[in-house]
Amino acid sequence: MTRPQRRAVITGVGAVAPGGHGREAYWDLLTAGRTATRRISLFDATGFRSQVAAECDFDPLAAGLTPQEVRRMDRAGQFAVVAAREAVEDSGIDLPAADPARVGVSIGSAVGCTMGLEEEYAVLSDGGRTWLVDHSYGVPHLYGYMVPSTLAVEVARLAGAQGPVALISTGCTSGLDAIGHGVQLIEEGSADVVLAGATDAPLSPITSACFDAIKATTPNNDDPRHASRPFDGRRDGFVLGEGSAVMVIEEAESARRRGATVYAEILGFAGRSNAFHMTGLKPDGREMAEAIRVALDRAALDPGDIDYINAHGSGTKQNDRHETAAFKRSLGPRAHEVPVSSIKSMIGHSLGAIGSLEIAACALALRHQVVPPTANLAVPDPECDLDYVPVTAREHRMERVLSVGSGFGGFQTAMVLGRPADVRPKPRPARRAARRPARKEAA
Amino acid sequence: MSASGIRPGPRGRAVVTGLGVIAPTGIGAARHWESVLAGKSGLGRITRFDPTRYPARIAGEVPGFRAAEQIPGRLIPQTDRFTHFALAAAEAALADATADPARLPEYEMAVVTASSSGGTEFGQHEMENLYQQGSSWVGAYQSIAWFYAATTGQVSIRHGMRGPCGVIACEQAGGLDALGQSRRLLDTGSRLVLSGGTDASLCPYGLVAQLSSGQLSTEDDPARAYLPFDAAASGFVPGEGGAMLVVESAASARDRGVRPYGELLGYAAGFDPATGPRPDGTRHAVLASVIRRALADASLAPGDVDVVFADAAGVPAEDLAEARAITEVFGPGGVPVTAPKTLTGRMYAGGAALDVATALLALTAGVVPHTAGLARPADGCAIDLVLHHPRRTGPRTALVLARGHGGFTSALLVGAGDRRDPEK
Amino acid sequence: MAEFTLDDIRRILRASAGVDEQTDLDGADFADTPFADLGYDSLALLELANRIEREYGIDIPDGDLAHTQTPHEALAYVRARLAEVHA
Repeated sequence: MTRPQRRAVITGVGAVAPGGHGREAYWDLLTAGRTATRRISLFDATGFRSQVAAECDFDPLAAGLTPQEVRRMDRAGQFAVVAAREAVEDSGIDLPAADPARVGVSIGSAVGCTMGLEEEYAVLSDGGRTWLVDHSYGVPHLYGYMVPSTLAVEVARLAGAQGPVALISTGCTSGLDAIGHGVQLIEEGSADVVLAGATDAPLSPITSACFDAIKATTPNNDDPRHASRPFDGRRDGFVLGEGSAVMVIEEAESARRRGATVYAEILGFAGRSNAFHMTGLKPDGREMAEAIRVALDRAALDPGDIDYINAHGSGTKQNDRHETAAFKRSLGPRAHEVPVSSIKSMIGHSLGAIGSLEIAACALALRHQVVPPTANLAVPDPECDLDYVPVTAREHRMERVLSVGSGFGGFQTAMVLGRPADVRPKPRPARRAARRPARKEAA
Repeated sequence: MSASGIRPGPRGRAVVTGLGVIAPTGIGAARHWESVLAGKSGLGRITRFDPTRYPARIAGEVPGFRAAEQIPGRLIPQTDRFTHFALAAAEAALADATADPARLPEYEMAVVTASSSGGTEFGQHEMENLYQQGSSWVGAYQSIAWFYAATTGQVSIRHGMRGPCGVIACEQAGGLDALGQSRRLLDTGSRLVLSGGTDASLCPYGLVAQLSSGQLSTEDDPARAYLPFDAAASGFVPGEGGAMLVVESAASARDRGVRPYGELLGYAAGFDPATGPRPDGTRHAVLASVIRRALADASLAPGDVDVVFADAAGVPAEDLAEARAITEVFGPGGVPVTAPKTLTGRMYAGGAALDVATALLALTAGVVPHTAGLARPADGCAIDLVLHHPRRTGPRTALVLARGHGGFTSALLVGAGDRRDPEK
Repeated sequence: MAEFTLDDIRRILRASAGVDEQTDLDGADFADTPFADLGYDSLALLELANRIEREYGIDIPDGDLAHTQTPHEALAYVRARLAEVHA
């Protein structure tokens, strides 16, 4: 059975991010170079090593959730549903009219409903006093907090999906991997529409404490607004964040038929694992470079075709060095020519969610032809010697952009997006044409 | 090429060349299969903690699992029991497949596991440290042991697998979805994928969270606690453990001279937004549609299927919906249906992976194992349930069904290979 | 105040980071074998530092213990910190 070549495009974007409500506010924050990092207010962080975070000012009722939805869902679930609603509205797609079996969902999350799980633990164990926790204090939705799959279930209910639904949990690459999974469902023909994105709400004592224990987060508590400093010589760890972005991804032809406005086409993605260490990274960036190389190959692009790199740029000593090496290794001289930026400087690192927020930022960057900056970047690091777009956003002509992620467990993921085909100049011929197989009609 | 690397044209063949089993029915595929044929149950009163105060006290625990005998000592304190199980099962599966990862291309091997609730017991211990002692008492390994990707990360490190690794969390359906994903990877440049899932949520907080689903059986007699499709069905019993499988392209297995247990012939996944019975009696529709899509994916007709390994929720409305879906596709009594998981309990991320291992062992042995312990089928379940003893009917094709909490619905078809026995 | 010895390092490593079959914590060379060769990585050393901090009530600045290469060096470092604190 011959399958036709199918492609996936982004037609709607929804975001719940620190520093504002919704997609537009998110893009305003990024292009203004404003930072949303502050002292933690969601719990009492006194005594913690790291006491700063990028928090969402999120009121679930004001964001449109019903009281029962608020009771049922943990904060990560609330984020995802609000972001998904905005994405569906933005895309203009009439989901109730779609064949439900052709609608899929792919949501990423690194730590699932950990906030709800911890809050309930504190009650059931009476503040940690008893190992044999008291079930009589259990809330009806406790099991929904224990399994991260709940997050995909909530989005699937919203979408009325009856096609493939998945929760992807590959640590801090969950967002990129979930979007990649959604693209795969469309390309292989299992779905025509996929709500894809990620969500995490990790700002609770247990998650903060575990990053404290490995000294991965910044101890710079005195100046929260400038605490996240990717690629800066003074960087000393990442700043936790929270949020969600969900995108409507559609099969390109059906999106075109309904006259949808396309943000971007997903041209290529690939994942590799370093099989080296659960948290450590080798300085050479070898496996991330390989992921980038394969993603470019699948997109039938050369390094010279990449116009912007949205970096993982977490702000730890080892990550930013590792990543810079990976760009040089995979892109050669082009690494020194393209702007590279880390939006974690503004919205912190929301673990699995960040990849989806970064792809949302890439989609918006392609639409507006503006590169968001790396805030707080003032002191150069000799090992990080690329153009990181310090402090100020930049108008820049972009046809294709690269976004990468790196996560605990050794996961390295790269994704290439392009401006929609109808506004994109024709690709240069020669080897690209030869490598892209001819589109075949359905048998 | 496409963004995901999928090329137009038919899928390549995906075969299973190695099985690693850690289950309440025994450690090792051979011991598990002996228990299945003998109908020997692994269910009993919970021993990992005192369950007296809880309304559900029966579970399937892995007997005699000592991590120190199964995995490197250094990995024990930095991982949860669900990862211990997976590390042990992965090693067994690779040995069974006579695959030496050091001799295969690093980027063409991947690990894809299902995870349901992550390192539950490890997490409870660290939250206890946090709430009793303070934040500085939370250990460094909490950051790598609790999260859902712990197992895939550790297994990839242990075996030097640097391909496109993944973690899928679709509750009880996740095991099939991980295998479905491994089949996709073989089409996009991988040659060998360690895939499957394990679970170990039998700690107090894990059990209490499961209680809130309202689906655990509160029956105290292990022989009566988990009776899917039976008139006396009263919910299900949780189990721990799982299986890891070596999934390989047929070409790779041939090159290595390894006989496969069988082939992954077709797969489909869907989502059922309904919970509980539906007034219009269409509660089974999504599952039936997923079965049909899996058959279409495999280019098979219902008549080609020799046995169905049921999801077997043990909850009457869910059992009825599954029986109706099977009947709608295969006709009343149209195909033998079995659920050896009555011996292990429902194992969350490990359950569906173990069912696929059991199905492959059944195809290899030419035997349809029975569903032990059932007495009287429930009204309305018009299926040919294999009861009392195994049937030696020489099945060649099996369908495995799995449903996960909230609506996940998956189906996987496996075909017989030419392997004889698992490595002992 | 309790003296801090190599046995304490052995005890804490065993409890926190485990031991591999091939690792010999009781061997004559233990004190001068690099942590990496004993099978202990950066996380194991962080955990060692965390536990020493809690048990002995001292503060070990970031990375200090990670910069020691062997149990012997770690012992010297911790003893010096203890002496400072109790001076």
